[in-house]
Amino acid sequence: MRRFLRPGHDPLRERLKRDLFQFNKTVEHGFPHQPSALGYSPFLRLMAIGTRSGAIKLYGAPGVEFMGLHEENNTVMQIHFIPDQCQLVTLLDDNSLHLWSLKQHSGASELREEHRFTLKGPPGSPPSATQITAVLPHSSREVLYLGTESGNIFVVELPSFRVLEDRTITSDAVLQRVPEDYCNRRSCELVEALREHPKNPDQILIGYSRGLIVLWDLQNNKVTHHFLGNQQLENLYWQRDGSKFVSCHYDGSYTQWPVSSDNRQPEPLETLVPYGPFPCKAISKIYWQTTKNGLPYIIFQGGMPRASYGDRHSISVVHGSQQTAFDFTSRVIDFFIIFSSEPTAESDDPSAMVVLAEEELVVIDLKTAGWPAVHPPYLASLHCSAITCSHHVSNIPLKLWERIISAGSKQNVHYSNMPWPIDGGTNIAPDPPQRDLLLTGHEDGTVRFWDASGVCLRLLYKLSTVRVFLTDADPNDNMNTLGEDEWPPLRKVGTFDPYSDDPRLGIQKIYLCKYSGYLAVAGTAGQVLVMELNDEDAEHVVDHAEADLLQDQEGYRWKGHEKLKTRDGPVRFEAGFQPFVLVQCQPPAVVTSLALHSEWKLVAFGTSHGFGLFDHQQKRLVFVKCTLHPSDQLALEGPLSRVKSLKKSLRQSFRRIRRSRVSSRKRRGGSGNASEVQEANAKFDQDTLQEMELAPVQRKIEARSAEDSFTGFVRTLYFADTFLRDSSRHCPSLWAGTNGGTVYAFCLRVPPAERRMDEPVRAEQAKEIQLMHRAPVVGILVLDGRSTPLPEPLEVAHDLSKSPDMQGSHQLLVVSEEQLKVFTLPKVSSKLKLKLTALEGCRVRKVTVANFGSCKTDDYSENDLAVLTNLGDIQIISLPFLKLQIRYPCIRKEDVSGIASCVFTKYGQGFYLISPSEFERFSLSTKWLVEPRCIVDMPEVTSNNHVHNKSGMENAVRKS
Amino acid sequence: EFRRFSLERSKPGKFEEFYGLLQHVHKIPNVDVLVGYTDIHGDLLPINNDDNYHKAVSTANPLLRIFIQRKEDADYSAFGTDTMTRKKNVLSNVLRPDNHKKKPHIVISMPQDFRPVSSIIDVDILPETHRRVRLYKYGTDKPLGFYIRDGSSVRVTPHGLEKVPGIFISRLVPGGLAQSTGLLAVNDEVLEVNGIEVSGKSLDQVTDMMIANSRNLIITVRPANQRNNVVRNSRTSGSSSQSTESSLPSSTPNILANFLQGEEESDEEDIIIEDSGEPQQIPKAAPTTESLELLTKIELLHESTQNGFLPSSEMNSNHSAGSISMEYEVQDPDHKSLEEDGTIITL
Repeated sequence: MRRFLRPGHDPLRERLKRDLFQFNKTVEHGFPHQPSALGYSPFLRLMAIGTRSGAIKLYGAPGVEFMGLHEENNTVMQIHFIPDQCQLVTLLDDNSLHLWSLKQHSGASELREEHRFTLKGPPGSPPSATQITAVLPHSSREVLYLGTESGNIFVVELPSFRVLEDRTITSDAVLQRVPEDYCNRRSCELVEALREHPKNPDQILIGYSRGLIVLWDLQNNKVTHHFLGNQQLENLYWQRDGSKFVSCHYDGSYTQWPVSSDNRQPEPLETLVPYGPFPCKAISKIYWQTTKNGLPYIIFQGGMPRASYGDRHSISVVHGSQQTAFDFTSRVIDFFIIFSSEPTAESDDPSAMVVLAEEELVVIDLKTAGWPAVHPPYLASLHCSAITCSHHVSNIPLKLWERIISAGSKQNVHYSNMPWPIDGGTNIAPDPPQRDLLLTGHEDGTVRFWDASGVCLRLLYKLSTVRVFLTDADPNDNMNTLGEDEWPPLRKVGTFDPYSDDPRLGIQKIYLCKYSGYLAVAGTAGQVLVMELNDEDAEHVVDHAEADLLQDQEGYRWKGHEKLKTRDGPVRFEAGFQPFVLVQCQPPAVVTSLALHSEWKLVAFGTSHGFGLFDHQQKRLVFVKCTLHPSDQLALEGPLSRVKSLKKSLRQSFRRIRRSRVSSRKRRGGSGNASEVQEANAKFDQDTLQEMELAPVQRKIEARSAEDSFTGFVRTLYFADTFLRDSSRHCPSLWAGTNGGTVYAFCLRVPPAERRMDEPVRAEQAKEIQLMHRAPVVGILVLDGRSTPLPEPLEVAHDLSKSPDMQGSHQLLVVSEEQLKVFTLPKVSSKLKLKLTALEGCRVRKVTVANFGSCKTDDYSENDLAVLTNLGDIQIISLPFLKLQIRYPCIRKEDVSGIASCVFTKYGQGFYLISPSEFERFSLSTKWLVEPRCIVDMPEVTSNNHVHNKSGMENAVRKS
Repeated sequence: EFRRFSLERSKPGKFEEFYGLLQHVHKIPNVDVLVGYTDIHGDLLPINNDDNYHKAVSTANPLLRIFIQRKEDADYSAFGTDTMTRKKNVLSNVLRPDNHKKKPHIVISMPQDFRPVSSIIDVDILPETHRRVRLYKYGTDKPLGFYIRDGSSVRVTPHGLEKVPGIFISRLVPGGLAQSTGLLAVNDEVLEVNGIEVSGKSLDQVTDMMIANSRNLIITVRPANQRNNVVRNSRTSGSSSQSTESSLPSSTPNILANFLQGEEESDEEDIIIEDSGEPQQIPKAAPTTESLELLTKIELLHESTQNGFLPSSEMNSNHSAGSISMEYEVQDPDHKSLEEDGTIITL
C-alpha cells in the first residue's frame, strides 16, 4: 500500500505540522496610508478613520481596534456614527452609503458591513441630483438626512435605507418664504451642512453653499427661520444651549447667529475674520465650546492669511486672550473635540482636540496650560522619516526593557500627562507573552525603538546618530523660534518630517544584543557605530577608526558620496544608547551587512567592496578583506546611476503631487467635467497599453559569471564557535557571504578574558567556498552536533539556551538566493541541498531560523527556516533535512518594497510594510499570535435627553 | 592482416572486452584502433560501444566482418550509409592508404571526442510538435545568448480553442550558444524548463529558473517553424490532436527520469579553498549510518526483493521526514542516486 501514499504525507508529521504552523495576518501597526475621513462617537468613545483605499479602522482604548474594508476600494468621504448605537455609516466617493455595526461574536466584538445603498433620483435626473454632500444621522436613530448637490434633502430609514419620499425637503419648499431679492441673487445650490438642534430634535439647521441657512421644522415640514448669509458657507456649529449657532465661510470669516422665537429672519450677532484684514483662506470647520468660567473655546480649521500663510495646515484654538494656531506637518483631513457629552452638564468643557492630518494623528490636551500634545498609544507615524531598515529582537530581558523605557521617558517630557482620551471598548486579549522590540532605522539617521509585544506599536525611545557627525544643517537650528508677538501665533506640532538633511546619515543595518545592551548601527556612508546603554547624560569622545577596504587595489576612484565628517572633541549624549566607537569604511559605500558579537567584543561589517572586523574592546581594526573582482568597475565607482534616477524620481514625485491635488479638489466641478477627465484617463491608459505591446518586455538568459557586477557585495556576516580546521578543536570564526556566491571563513583567536586587553585578536582565512551557481549568499548558519542552530552570543551565559553540542559533528548551512545547501564541517563536503529557483522560479529574499512551538503540548518545539521569496510566498523549511513543510502566499509579488521590508521574529511572526507608514503583522505559528481581541459594550443610555429615547431603548432591547 | 575467431552469440560480453580481445588477437595491445563492421546492407558501421557491438553481433549472418584501423590514420569518411556501395571496395580503400591521399578528406573525429554543446533529447516520448533541447554551458566561454518574452499562444482545451499567455524566445544573440546550435529560434514557445512546466509562471520566474539551470539547461519548445520536426513512424497520425496539448501528465515521470540521470554528472560542484591552498571540488558527503538516505535505501532493497517491483517515484514515501509534494520528490536530486545505482530496483 505504501506506493499509494503520496510522498510527504506521513500522517504523524502532517498532524504535527497542523499543531505547529498556521498563517494569519493579525494586525496593522502604524498610521493608515492616505486617510480621507474621520468620525467619532462620544457615546462609544471610539474613533473611526477611513482611507482612500476604502479601509475603515476603529480605535478606542489601547488594544481596542477594528478594521473593515469596503469591497469597492473607493475613497471613504465621510464617517458618521449613529447616535447611541454601535453603528456607523460611511459615504464613499462613488456616492454609496454603507452601514457598519459592531456585533459580538464568540466573546469578542467584530466590525461587519450590514447594508449598502446608493441614492437614486427619478429617471432622467442628472447625477448631481442625488450626489450626497452632507449626512445627518438623526438622534432618533431611525432616519438619515442626506443633503445633495441639487439642494434637495432626502430622508432614508435605518437600517433598511428605504427612501421616505414624502419627507424629502426640496429646495423649492425652502425657498418659498425667502425674500425675493435674496432669492434672485443666489439659488440654493448644494447642501453644505446639516445640523440637528441640540435640544429640539424636531428642528434641523440646513446650510447651503451660497450662504443661505434655514432652520427646518420636521414636524410641520416648513422653514421656521431664515438666516441670510452673504458669504459662501463652509460649515455650521450649534452652541450647546441651542440659542446660537456659528457659521464659517470661504473668505476666512465666521458669524454668530441668534435663534429666538420672536425674530424669524435675524441679523448676525457678530462676524469676524480672525486673521484679517488681508484676504484669508476658508475656515472649513468650527467648534464653539462653552466652559464653566464663561469664556468659550473657539476652535477652527484654516482661515490663515492667504498670501503669507496660505500654505499652512492649521487649526486655531482661541480661549479668551490665549490663541494658538497649531501648525501641522501635513494637510488636515478632519478633527474633532472631546468634550463633556453628559447631557445634564451646563457647558461643553472641552478636554482634548483630536486632529487627523494626512500623515499623523495629533492630540492636544486643552485642559493643561500651554495645550501640550498627548503621546498617542497607537497610530504612530512610522514614516516620520522614511524607514530604511528594521530589526526585531524577541524576549527582551526586563532590565534592558526598563532602561530603554526610562531613557525614552526622558525624551517625552514635553508631552501631556493626560490619560488617553479615546478610551472606548475593552481589550480582552491576553497579555503579550514576552517583551519584543522592533527597531526601525530611518533616513534621517535615527533609530526608533518600538514596543512590538502587543497590538499597539508604541514608540519607547528614539536614538539619533546625527550628533556624532558634522552636517550642513545643525540639528540645533530650530525652525520653531518664533517671537512672542508673532502673528499669526503659529506653533508647530507633530513629528512627521520626511525631509532628510543628508541622505548619508540613513541607517542601513541594526544589531542589538539584548543581554549586554550593546547596539551596532551602520549607515549609508559606510559608518558603523557601536553603542552602549547609559542611564545618564554623558559627554565623551567617540573613538574613530577608518577601514580601508580597498587595501591592495590600486588606481580606482570612488565617485560616490564623500564620507561623513566627524565632530572633534567630546560630544554630549543624552541618556540612552551612546556611541563609543565609530568605524568608517573607505570607500564610504553603504554598509550591506553587519554582525556583532558581544561576548568576543567584535563587530564585523561589509560593503560592496569587502568586509572588516573591528575589536571594540581594544578599539583596533583586526583585519579587512577586499572581495571585489578586479573588473567590477561599477561597484568601485559607487552609485552613479542614482543621479539619473533621482532626477527621474523628483519629476515623478512632482507629477504625483499635481495629480493628487487634482484628485483632492472637491468634487463639485460638475459631473460633465469629471466624465471628461475619466475619458482622458481611459485614453491615456490605452495609449500606454499600446506602447507596452509595441515594445514587449524581454529578459536576457545568461549564466552568471565571476565578472558580473557587484559580485563582491557582502550580503551576510555570521559569527560562530565551530570546528573550522579540525574536528578536535573548535574556535571562534567569522563567516561572510557575497553576492557572487562566495563564502569566506576566518579563524579567529580571541584572547581569554583576563588577557583580553593585552593580546591582540588575530584572524586568519581558513576556507573559501565558491558556489558554482554563483547566486548571492543571503544566509549562513552553523548547526551543532544535535543539528540545532548555534545559540546567540551570551545566550548560554544567561542560561537562556542549552549549550551547543560540541561533541558531534557540526554542519554548515549556506542559503543562497537560489538554493539551500548543507555542508559538513570541518572538512567541507556537500551533504544536502534544496534547489528553489531551478524548480519553482522563486528566489530567497529573507531567511531566518524560527522556533515553532506546538499548540497542543508545551514540551514540543522545533527550529525551522522561515523563507520569504521574491514572489511574496513564505515557505517553512525543516532543519536539518531541508524539507519544505508548508507554503503561504503573504505579500503580492509586485509589492517589492513590502518584500524588501519584511522582518521575521525568532518565534515565527513577522512584519512588513504595506505602505510607507504601516506594518502588517503576520504569524506563522499556532502558538505566538498577537491580534486584537476586544469588546465594545453599549454604554447604558443614562437619561432621557432625547425625545425619541424611548423608542431607541426599545430598539436596543430588540437588537440585543 | 586477417584474423578469424569465434564469439558466443548469446553472450557477446562488453565492448571493452571485445576491444581487448581484438588487441590481443592482433597483438597490438597499446595501439588505438577504430573498429567497424559491415551490416546486412553492406554499410561499414562503427563499433565503439556496447550497443552497436551487440547490434553487430546479433546481425552476424553468421559471419561478422570486422575492420580495424589505426586511429591516427583512420578514414572516417569510410563510415556511414551506402559506404559499401558507394565505394566499390571499401576494403581496398581502407587497406591501401595511398588511395586515400588522392582524395583528401577533412578529418572529423568521433562524437565522443567532442564536448557536446547541445542535443535534442527525448524524441521518443515527446509529441512531434515539441522539441526538447539541451544546452551544455559548462566548459565553453560562449554565452547562452538568448532572450525570452511574454506572449500568447492558442491551446486546445476541453472548452475549445483558448488564448493563453506563454513565454517565447524573443532574440538570439549572434555567436551565442543558443544560436549556434540551430535548435532554437525566435518565436519558439518555451513549454518547460528542466522538466518544469512554465505555464502559470511569470516571465521573471522563468528567467530565474533558466538562469538557475544555466549550467545544464533543458528547454522544451514548440518551434515556431514546424516544418523541421522529427517525424516518427511509431506514432499514428491520430496523435496530432494530442500534440497540441502542452503537457503530457501521464508520461511526465518518465520524461523526468530520462534526463535527470544525466543531470547529476553535470551538476555543479562547488569549489573549496582550504587555508589559501589550491581550489578543489567539494566532494559529496558519504552517507553516515544514521543518515536517512541510507535507511531508505536498505528498506528499498528489502522491499524490492519482496515485491520485485517498486516504481521510483513511490519509493520516496518511505522518507519519514518528507512532506513535499509528489512532483517535488521526483525531482529531488538526493533521490536520483537511488534511481541510478539501484539496478536491482529497476529490474
